[in-house]
Amino acid sequence: MINFEYARANDVADAVRQIAADPTSKFIAGGTNLLDLMKEDVERPARLIDITRLPLSDVEETPDGGVRIGALVPNSDLAWHPLIAQRYPMLASAILAGASAQLRNMASTGGNLMQRTRCFYFYDTVTPCNKRQPGSGCSAIAGINRINAILGTSDTCIATHPSDMCVALAVLEAKVHVAGPGGERVIPFADFHRLPGDAPQRDTNLDANELITAVELPADGFAKNYTYLKIRDRLSYAFALVSVAVGLEMDGNTIRRARFALGGVAHKPWRDEAAEAGLNGKVANPEIFERAAGLVLRDAKGFEHNAFKIELARRTIVRALIQAAHGTPQSQNNKKIA
Amino acid sequence: MPRDRSTPSHRGDISRRTVLQGAVAVGVLTHGQAVSSATVAAEQGEASKPMAPYIGSATSRVDGRDKVTGGAKYAGEFNAPGLVHASVIGSAIAKGRIARIDVSEAISVGGVVAVLTHENRPPMADDDKAYKDAVAPDQGSPFRPLYDDRIRFSGQPIALVLAENSETARFAASLVHVEYEPEKHVTDLYSKLNDVVSLKAPAKPRGDTASALASSPVRHHGEYYVPIEHHNPMEPYASTVIWEGGGKITIYDKTQGVQNVHGYVCNVFNLKPEDVRVMSPFVGGAFGSGLRPQYQVVLAVLAARALERSVRVVLTRQQMYSLGYRPAMIQRIDLGAETDGTLNAISHDATTVTSQYENFHRNETTWSGLLYKSANAKYAHNLVRLDLSTSCDMRAPSATTGVYALEAAMDELAVALKLDPLEFRLKCYSERDQSSGLPFSSKNLRECYRQGAEAFGWDKRSPEPRAMRDGRELVGWGMATGIWEALQVPIAVRIALTANGHAEVSCATSDIGTGTYTIMAQVAADMLGLPLDGVDIRLGDSTLPQSPVEGGSWIAASVSNGIVTTSRAVLKELLRLAKEMPNSPLATAAPEEVVLSGGMIVSRRDAARAVSIADAMQHDGVDRIVREETTRFARDSSHAHNTHSAIFAEVKVDEQLNVVRVTRVVSAVAAGRILNAKTAHSQVMGSVVWGIGMALHEETLIDHAFGRIMNANIAEYHVPVNADVQDIKVIFVDEKDEIVNPLGVKGLGEIGIVGVAAAIANAIYHATGKRVRALPITLDKLY
Repeated sequence: MINFEYARANDVADAVRQIAADPTSKFIAGGTNLLDLMKEDVERPARLIDITRLPLSDVEETPDGGVRIGALVPNSDLAWHPLIAQRYPMLASAILAGASAQLRNMASTGGNLMQRTRCFYFYDTVTPCNKRQPGSGCSAIAGINRINAILGTSDTCIATHPSDMCVALAVLEAKVHVAGPGGERVIPFADFHRLPGDAPQRDTNLDANELITAVELPADGFAKNYTYLKIRDRLSYAFALVSVAVGLEMDGNTIRRARFALGGVAHKPWRDEAAEAGLNGKVANPEIFERAAGLVLRDAKGFEHNAFKIELARRTIVRALIQAAHGTPQSQNNKKIA
Repeated sequence: MPRDRSTPSHRGDISRRTVLQGAVAVGVLTHGQAVSSATVAAEQGEASKPMAPYIGSATSRVDGRDKVTGGAKYAGEFNAPGLVHASVIGSAIAKGRIARIDVSEAISVGGVVAVLTHENRPPMADDDKAYKDAVAPDQGSPFRPLYDDRIRFSGQPIALVLAENSETARFAASLVHVEYEPEKHVTDLYSKLNDVVSLKAPAKPRGDTASALASSPVRHHGEYYVPIEHHNPMEPYASTVIWEGGGKITIYDKTQGVQNVHGYVCNVFNLKPEDVRVMSPFVGGAFGSGLRPQYQVVLAVLAARALERSVRVVLTRQQMYSLGYRPAMIQRIDLGAETDGTLNAISHDATTVTSQYENFHRNETTWSGLLYKSANAKYAHNLVRLDLSTSCDMRAPSATTGVYALEAAMDELAVALKLDPLEFRLKCYSERDQSSGLPFSSKNLRECYRQGAEAFGWDKRSPEPRAMRDGRELVGWGMATGIWEALQVPIAVRIALTANGHAEVSCATSDIGTGTYTIMAQVAADMLGLPLDGVDIRLGDSTLPQSPVEGGSWIAASVSNGIVTTSRAVLKELLRLAKEMPNSPLATAAPEEVVLSGGMIVSRRDAARAVSIADAMQHDGVDRIVREETTRFARDSSHAHNTHSAIFAEVKVDEQLNVVRVTRVVSAVAAGRILNAKTAHSQVMGSVVWGIGMALHEETLIDHAFGRIMNANIAEYHVPVNADVQDIKVIFVDEKDEIVNPLGVKGLGEIGIVGVAAAIANAIYHATGKRVRALPITLDKLY
């Protein structure tokens, strides 16, 4: 761990000013991922800008019936916030499927979006990793890749995005509000995270001198027919091998509108509009769910240790769609897959 | 009252003693040595204040309050004026040499005191003998930290940065530049199967196994794999060396044996025994990883000697993976049986991993030889030397792994025989150690099977796989046998009894979290007829009476019987004093006739004949009786001494997703006298949890291209979390053993984990019809 300077931002403008002045600095909120990475010498910021005093901790309704979540709202507070628990239970469920209670207490909403991959090679500075050191090579492609991606990979990187919360935000089509030197802008969630391509060192389309200020949820929360189903190597406190967030708008047994996204399989929460569209207007049944899963996974590519994820993803998508269609969402605390 | 925390001492607290549920009366044993005063007192009725024995009771840990309030100090928490902090740098390569190591940038950082490498370290011994600690493998050349430029394993310590605070040390460590000359390394067990070291078979083969297998109508052959596993104790490895001046050092070390570390440090640094004191008052789990002195203690002493200052070295969680591990292994088992289930032959061979520089191995195959009735048996054991650190003991070494393979194979043979797995084991039940032919000092495994099966409801099991379900989940029931040795070791115990009815009981053993403080207090209180809070326990200090390392489940039996021996010596002296009193009611009593109870020396024959301890001592002007005795357990070559268990497991497996849940485990254990119903229960419950981890989660992942462990942290090295642990029931079956030792104690540290992984693996087969022979059984293996 290298030494670093510590500064506190007084307001959003000050935070943006400070980071623009020193591109080697990093914002810190909960620090649940950043500090780990610093201890491993993966992140070596010369300066940390503490943003925890900024007034970004509110959860408030928006005029169009949505909800605006301040970037500093802790994951725990968000999951248990009445507005979220009642109107966006898929989001609450996804948050509670992640990490541990202690980590969720510290982790912020904005930080959750910014967490970095858990690829073993990204964490070990002894091994080559294009994400950590562009151009050094990807050790995971021919290495231990059980936890790595099957969709949207490139020759330079097969890392996954580790977040559970973001998978739900992708389904909800949240908007990310950011502030930068040129003012504020809004990034649609689908455009926030990137695929690795030939620049795997860039996880997101956030500019280095921008700060996430809020995540905005549209009015539609899919509160009746939803689920977040996470499959992992133990029953809690592990990153997803595959996870699926589903939101359905049902009319009796008929699906009027479907959205679903996958976690644990790609460099970003993975959605496929063609697969979703194939469900719209259909009577919910396992066959159409199988077809949707097949569509999502049509280009999936496994590596030595993770090829099983393709079949696991197919089955998890089907189960998640059944859970959502039946209105029997996955519980995150009964030690049992529904 | 404030207490000197540097002195490990624990007073029993009677107020925290819980209900005496499951209490076993110690009674008068046939050997006539061990007599619980408390029991005798209880038999005497109201007049002499009956007291239920502490032995066997569910006494809460006497050190529990200190542990949960932070009062208990661990090796990395001791302090000294001017303490120097350290950061260890590990090798980035698995094999080769250090070509150049540049510390100039690191040393220039303000607050950095020194950077030690092989080039500038103080002198240390140059012969293997000095580095052979008491439990080192017989063969090989033990690792010498910072000794030379050779790299033997990835993560090997190659430099130690010393600074005025730990942050500076860690920062400066990032500024040390190392150039290596790498050599080709091999870390993959499977790539070296044609280059093995054959070991002498652990037990004599019997009969003609090859012919017996060939002529058996029902046969099973299976190959079973166990990956490298790491101990992951909660407490990291740490040593704080206090520079006392005058050439003396005190070392607070995380270890399972202070005297082992003491001898090792004296040898490595050519120090006089009286100049080194090793303390380890509390240990936050070790599970075998602390049996041998670990490299951080060498680094800390090197630094203290180089600087002539006090030094603390604490390893990071990641660095803990550069210490020992349970060796990966491939085991092949062949079984042959008659169609009625009579076992004809067992062949068990094991290929296990060690380093390039030491031959560490345990006897995986032994258990197959002794457990079941079979006229023919043979074994083989090969070692594969890899560019890793030396493997080491990890909870129930060899049995956890060997019995996993055996019990999985037995389940497969039971399926082939169309026999209930429990019925099959009862058919093969042996009243003798099949290898030695000796009867057991006690073996109540039959009762483990009966009580375990009854508690589990085994009789309701449908024999066919995939026959039981619960909604979307397939339900599987599996079982396995567990076995371990009832070991005991020579040990010395000192008791100082004062006239005011207080005893201090000392022994250099460790309490690695198992509850040694508590059982020592219980046994001493019963033997000396004192309340629990009248006993202080001192342990974890190399200056105390001799004790070997705490391991192998041998300390509970050894130290408790050691307390019995020394208590008898105290009693004898008290009786001598009592007899000198005028008109002593005990004038004619022989030592065997009296016990200590409620502060009195009491005749067992006539409770009215009693003298108070205080009176006896005061009459002779004695305020303190101190006795130290060494207990050597008679070599009983006419019996086998073992503990046993039966484990029954229920799993539920999602039929589409293959998510496995262990919903119920019943573990029925026969391990002689249980000293403490509460800590024993915890001990076995924790073992079962670990067995769940072994079956489903644990695997150290090595990238063979780098020769490097890639999941060296407890986020990615998975152990069970609360959600993975559901209903665990622990049963201790009654097992009187009047042969093994006077108290009939057989030890519990290991037995609880043995067989658990097999029971779960067998349950998964029963649920799914799929046999996974390579642990851990992650869900991808069920596709």
